Amino acid sequence: MVKSFIPKTYKEALNLLAKNKLTIIAGGTDLMVKNKNISGLLPKFKKDLLFIAHLTELDYIKKEKDTIHIGANVTLEKILDSFHTHSLLKEALSIMASPAIRHIGTIGGNIANASPAGDTLPVLYVLNTKIVVKSLDSERTIPINDFIISSGKTILKENELISEIIIPDNKFDYEVFLKVGARQADAISKISFAAIANVSDSIVSDFRVTFGAVGPRIVREIEIENNIIGLTTNELNSRCKEICDSYKKFITPIDDQRSSAVYRKKVSLNLLEKYINSIK
Amino acid sequence: MGKIKFNLNGKEINMFVDPSARLLDILREQYGLVGVKEGCGEGECGACAVLINEVIVNSCIVPMGTINNKSIVTIEGFSKTKRYDVIKEAFEDEGAVQCGFCTPGMIIASESLLNKNPHPTEEEIRIGLSGNLCRCTGYNMIIKAVKTASKKGEGLW
Ligand SMILES: Cc1cc2nc3c(=O)[nH]c(=O)nc-3n(C[C@H](O)[C@H](O)[C@H](O)COP(=O)(O)OP(=O)(O)OC[C@H]3O[C@@H](n4cnc5c(N)ncnc54)[C@H](O)[C@@H]3O)c2cc1C
Ligand code: FES
Ligand code: FES
Repeated sequence: MVKSFIPKTYKEALNLLAKNKLTIIAGGTDLMVKNKNISGLLPKFKKDLLFIAHLTELDYIKKEKDTIHIGANVTLEKILDSFHTHSLLKEALSIMASPAIRHIGTIGGNIANASPAGDTLPVLYVLNTKIVVKSLDSERTIPINDFIISSGKTILKENELISEIIIPDNKFDYEVFLKVGARQADAISKISFAAIANVSDSIVSDFRVTFGAVGPRIVREIEIENNIIGLTTNELNSRCKEICDSYKKFITPIDDQRSSAVYRKKVSLNLLEKYINSIK
Repeated sequence: MGKIKFNLNGKEINMFVDPSARLLDILREQYGLVGVKEGCGEGECGACAVLINEVIVNSCIVPMGTINNKSIVTIEGFSKTKRYDVIKEAFEDEGAVQCGFCTPGMIIASESLLNKNPHPTEEEIRIGLSGNLCRCTGYNMIIKAVKTASKKGEGLW
């Protein structure tokens, strides 16, 4: 049987993390399923638990000059309901899980879980989100694409937790979020796609694309994006096939019970093509 | 073990319990609240739904360590309210119950929805109930029942 710590304050939580090897548990919607046991028996956790969902120090949404700051403990439903939330993130949240899951699942949990099918991730990548990571005696702020290494793996050290995420508060001329899943609610994504673009005087001034659930990590290729920025919209449209081809090698889905690799790759590229064609 | 304090169906509870234990097991086994059903045990069907601080949550994936100072209402507690009477009658009138296994969860989902949005559209009802599975009715009667409850219970929410 594992031990559980329920700290009274955030400071105490950081202290406990500094001294013990712990599994952080927020809403528990991922962890309770992963560690499920026979009905009536305790879940099969391997490490001692640190409960954090009740820590109000990590439960806030605030707007600063050009950024939105969301505490790690904020639930998915609260973010969905917030006036400050970026419209793309709202779209991703509104078709994510179900109300019952969104009421307790947290944004920190969705990010730390680092599932390539995590529904907030493509949007957080496309919005250039930064993750603030805290330990008792340090703090670092890391772009999300450096924070997540691969499926289920992040750069979090054992004494660290996510304290907040910072989302630049920008508006875009073009923005899209699309999810392909089996059932409307509680469906794990087969593919998700998020993209933004800005166009001024027929020149593409910003262009970002991400794919979720098509490989071990979210796909975002900055180099390809940089080659597109500066093109005229006509050039962009005429190079559509070439651009889609350049993403091909990064989209490496697997066959699983949810979908086949061939289907995922084909649909991903179709979504990209359609998106590029929509930019005028 | 840890001390967890919460309110259950209006009663203050202080209990020593393993914080990793599932709320579902504690409700059914320690408090005999067997209106809370276990379907999937993985958060996907809503049979185990309860209200935590007035919103729907699936108790099969809630560890006790997260409910300190919260208020839990199960279908047993909710059944003592006027709102319940209205929803129950609407479910009966619209034929929204067959085997009944999903019904406690469906009623909790309806309450959670109507509490936030007393006059939901059909689309909003579908979203509100989207985490609850029913293997018998085909959902349309349940959707209709929520509409009826929203009308007949005017002023209650
Ligand atoms: C039925 C069902 C449907 C779902 N549908 C979807 C869906 O459609 N899309 C989707 O993306 N997800 C879905 N999920 C997964 C899950 O609900 C989300 O990933 C949720 O955001 C996890 O948050 P949590 O607080 O419950 O995480 P927890 O289970 O508490 O934790 C998840 C992971 O994050 C770590 N962690 C949590 N908080 C922190 C922190 N502050 N710092 C460091 N590490 C931390 C934990 O150690 C753990 O590794 C679903 C889950 C269920 C059960
Ligand atoms: S038993 Fe809890 S959601 Fe299915
Ligand atoms: S009435 Fe049988 S599962 Fe819904």
